[in-house]
Amino acid sequence: MKRRRGSIAWWLVFLLGVLYFFLPLVATLDFSLKAKPPFAAYTSSLQDPKFLGSLLYSLVIAGVTITASLALIVPTAYWVQLRVPRARSLVEFMTLLPFVIPAVVLVFGLIRVYSRPPLPFTHTDIGSSALLVAGYIVLSLPYMYRAVDTGLRSIDIRSLTEAAQSMGAGWLTILWRVILPNLRVALLSGAFLTLAIVLGEFTIANFLARPAFGPYLNLLSQSKAYEPAAVSLISFGLTWLAMIAIAFLGRDTRARIEIGGAH
Amino acid sequence: MGFLELSHVKKRFGAFVAVEDFELITERGEFVSLLGPSGCGKTTTLRMIAGFEYPDSGSIKVDGKEITNLPPNKRNVGMVFQAYALFPNMTVASNVGFGMRVKKQSKDAITKRVGELLEMIHMPEKADRYPYQLSGGQQQRVALARALAVEPQVLLLDEPLSALDAKIRVALRNEIRAIQRQLGITTVYVTHDQEEALSLSDRVVVMSDGRIEQIGSPSEIYNFPATSFVASFVGTLNLLAARVVDPSAGRLAVEGQEIRAAKPISGARSGEIVSVALRPESISLEEGPEGTNRLRGPVVDVSFLGSIVRLRIRLGDGPTVSLDTFNDPNLTLPPIGEAVTVSFPPEASLVLDQPAAAPGADVAAGD
Amino acid sequence: MTAISERAAPLARPARRFSRSWLGLAPFFLFAIFFIGAPVTYLVLGSFQNNEGQTTLQNYADLATPSIANAFLITIEVSLVTAVVGGIFGFLLAYAVILGGLPRVLRDALMTFSGVASNFAGVPLALAFIFTLGQLGMVTVFLKNFGIDPYASGFTIYSKLGLELVYLYFQFPLMVLIIAPAIDGLRPEWREAAENMGASSRQYWQRVALPILFPTLLGTMILLFGNAFGAQATAYQLTSGLIPLVPLLIGNQIAGDVLHNPGLGYAMAMGMVAIMGISIAIYTLLQRRAERWRR
Repeated sequence: MKRRRGSIAWWLVFLLGVLYFFLPLVATLDFSLKAKPPFAAYTSSLQDPKFLGSLLYSLVIAGVTITASLALIVPTAYWVQLRVPRARSLVEFMTLLPFVIPAVVLVFGLIRVYSRPPLPFTHTDIGSSALLVAGYIVLSLPYMYRAVDTGLRSIDIRSLTEAAQSMGAGWLTILWRVILPNLRVALLSGAFLTLAIVLGEFTIANFLARPAFGPYLNLLSQSKAYEPAAVSLISFGLTWLAMIAIAFLGRDTRARIEIGGAH
Repeated sequence: MGFLELSHVKKRFGAFVAVEDFELITERGEFVSLLGPSGCGKTTTLRMIAGFEYPDSGSIKVDGKEITNLPPNKRNVGMVFQAYALFPNMTVASNVGFGMRVKKQSKDAITKRVGELLEMIHMPEKADRYPYQLSGGQQQRVALARALAVEPQVLLLDEPLSALDAKIRVALRNEIRAIQRQLGITTVYVTHDQEEALSLSDRVVVMSDGRIEQIGSPSEIYNFPATSFVASFVGTLNLLAARVVDPSAGRLAVEGQEIRAAKPISGARSGEIVSVALRPESISLEEGPEGTNRLRGPVVDVSFLGSIVRLRIRLGDGPTVSLDTFNDPNLTLPPIGEAVTVSFPPEASLVLDQPAAAPGADVAAGD
Repeated sequence: MTAISERAAPLARPARRFSRSWLGLAPFFLFAIFFIGAPVTYLVLGSFQNNEGQTTLQNYADLATPSIANAFLITIEVSLVTAVVGGIFGFLLAYAVILGGLPRVLRDALMTFSGVASNFAGVPLALAFIFTLGQLGMVTVFLKNFGIDPYASGFTIYSKLGLELVYLYFQFPLMVLIIAPAIDGLRPEWREAAENMGASSRQYWQRVALPILFPTLLGTMILLFGNAFGAQATAYQLTSGLIPLVPLLIGNQIAGDVLHNPGLGYAMAMGMVAIMGISIAIYTLLQRRAERWRR
C-alpha cells in the first residue's frame, strides 16, 4: 500500500534470521555426510532397531499424551469460557506453572511422590510410562491450553452450545459433536507442538529411565560420530513436517491460530 | 484561485486505475463531499491529500503551495479516520494533545488548547478517560478534536460516521457541520451515504470507477443528475425504458402509455430506446390537471416508511414505478391489486444519456 | 496472562448453582494437584530435611555457598542475556516479515519454522552447534580460511557465550511466535494518524507503538527468561556440566553418585521457583501499570 522506507534493512534482518536458522542444520547435514560411504550414517541409523524402537516408543507416548491432554484441556477451557469465567485467571496461572518449575524439578518431585506405596508407579514399566505421560501433559499445558483457548474464542461457543441444547443435546454430545469439530486447527496446532516437545524431550525420560527418543539420541551421541547428526536431522525433519501439516491444514480456515506461546 | 486544488491527479495500483484525472478546486472554508460506492476512488483521493498515497501524476496544492509529494507529517492537514484510530494507550487529553506535543509546543499552550477543544466537543469531563471507556460516537468526537488540535489548513474525514448507530450518526453529523462552520475550515468529507453528503456539503463530488461523474451543489446533484449513475446513486429513482415517439416535442412512450418530457430530446431519433428517470416523490397518486403525464396500472406493493408511504405500480407486464406520498392518518390507500392512475409534471421526467440497462429497473440506491 | 473482558454471562446461574459450575473444573484441578501440586509440595518439604531425614534449614543456608550462589548468578545471567537479545532480535524479525514490506510467503515460512525451532532443544541442538561453531565446525573452518580463528581469540562453543548463542536458537523463534499477533494488532491507522499530526517515524515508535506493545514485549521476555532458566538438556549435552547452571547442579545433587544431597537439590529447586515467581510478580506489577489503557 505504502512506500516503505528501510525495506532493505528488514531484508537484512530476515537474512540474518535465515542464516541463524539454517547454518546449524546445514552444518549438521554436512557432518552427517562425511561418513563413508556418504549415506552410511543414515542407513546404519535406520537399520538400528534401537532407533526405530525409541522413535516408536516416543511416538506412542506422544499419541497418548496428546489424547489425554486434549481430554483434560478441551472440556476445562470450554467450561471456563462458558460457565466459570471468573476461574480464568486461576486456570491460566496454573497452565503457566510449567514455565516456573523446571523439568528437572518436576521429574524429581514426581519420582519421589510416586515411587513408593501407596502409589508405586515407578515399580512397573507401564507405571513409569504413565508417569512420563503425566509429566509431558504438564509440559504441554501452556501450549495446549493457549491453543485451545484461542480456538474456542474464535468460535461463538455460547451460541453453538445453546443451539445444541435447544435441540436436546447433552454435554458430552455438545463437546464431541459440536465443539471439537470446530476446533480442528487449534487442536492440530496444540497436538503438533506437543509432538515436538515429546520427541525432543530428554530430562524427564532420562530420569524415569524410559527407552524414549531423547535419551537414545543422547546415548548415541556419546558412542557414535556421524549417526547422531543423521538422527538429529531426521527428528528435526519429522517435527518440521508436522508443522507444515498444521500450516497446510489450517490454510482453509479463516481463523489464524497462534501457534504456541503465551498471550 | 482556490484554496485546495487538485489538478489532473491520477493514481493506479498495478493495473487497477484507482483515480483517473481528478480535478477539484475548493474555496477557503468550503465543505466538499466525495460521494460514491466503495472502490470508486474517493478514499484514495482523500489519502492522496493527506499524503498516505502519492499520485502518479498531477498536483495537489493547498493555499497555492504545492504539497503533492510532501510526506504526511510535513503537511498541515488534519484527518479523521473511519475506525477512530485513537491511540489506545493514551487518555482523551493526551490523544488530543498528541500533535502539539510532537510539535514541541509548551505544556501550558497544550493544556489550554486541549481544554478548549474538549469544551467544543462537549466532553470536558472525559479528559482522563481511555478510548476503550468511550462509546463510538464519543471516540469519533475525540478523533475530530485531535485532528483539529494542530490547526490544520484542511480537514479530511474518511467515512467518519459509518461505524456508528443511525441516531448518533445524525447527531454527530450536525455537530461536525456546526464545528466546521464555526472554524471556517476547508473540509473534504468522504462518504458512500448520499443523505450524509447532501445534508452536509456545500458541494458534492459524485465518483464512480475512479472518475468524477458530477460536481455540484446538493440540489443540483439531486434534481439535475448529469448521468444515469448519479441519478441512480443519489436518492431513490425510477429508471424506465421509454421509446422516443417525437424527439422535438419530447414525446415518449413507456409500456404503450405516452408521456412528455419538458424539453426536446436532443440527439435521439424516434423509435430509439432511452431511459427516463423519475423521482418517487415527484409522482402523485391522483389524476392531476390537464397537461401532466399520467400512468395507469395496478398497485403491487404498499410499504410504510414512517413519514412517507411508498407504493409500487406495475406498468403493462413488466416494469414497476415507485411513488412516495406523505403519510397522513386520514389517507386512504388503494388496496393491492386495484388499478390506479398516477401523475407527474413533464419537468419531473429526466431523459438520461444512456438507455436503461434493464427495462423498467426500479433502482433504489442508498438508504 | 492477558485479562480478557468477559461479557456479563447471560447464562449466569443463580448463586446456589455457582459451586456446581466449579465442579466442571474438578478433573483439571485434580490433575494439577496430583502432578504439579504433589511433587512441588514434596520438594518444599524435602528442602527442609537433611540426608538423615531431620528437619533443618541448612539446605537454604547452603544456597549461599559461593559455588551455588555463583551458579544462580550465571543461570540468571545466561537467561537474561538470551531473553533480551533473543527478544529484540525475534521482535525485529517478526516486524520485518509482518510490516517490513517483505513478501507474505516469507512470513508463513518464518512462522512455520519458528514453531519447529522454538522446540528444538537438547541433544540435537547441542550437536548442531558443535558441528557449526565447534573447534572443527563448519563456520569455524570457514572463518579460518579467511584468517579469522575464533578459537585463537578465546572463543569456544563450550563457554558461557557459546551456550548463549545456542540458547538463542530456540529463544528468538519463541519470541517471533508470541509477538507476531501483537505486531499484527498494530493498526496502520495509528501510524497514519500519528504522521497526520506531524509525528516522525521515531516519534510514532516512541509515543505510540512501543507503549502499546510494551506489556506484551515485557511478558514475552519473562517467558523467554523462564524458558532459558529451566532449560537443562541442552546445557547438559553441550557443556557436560562445565558451566555450573542451577538445573545441572540440581540434577547432580538429587541423582548424582558423588554429591548426593537431595535436600540441597530441592532447596535449589525452590530457589528457582522463587526467582521465577519474583520475575512474574515484577512483570505483573509493571504490566498492570503499563496496561491501564487496556480493558
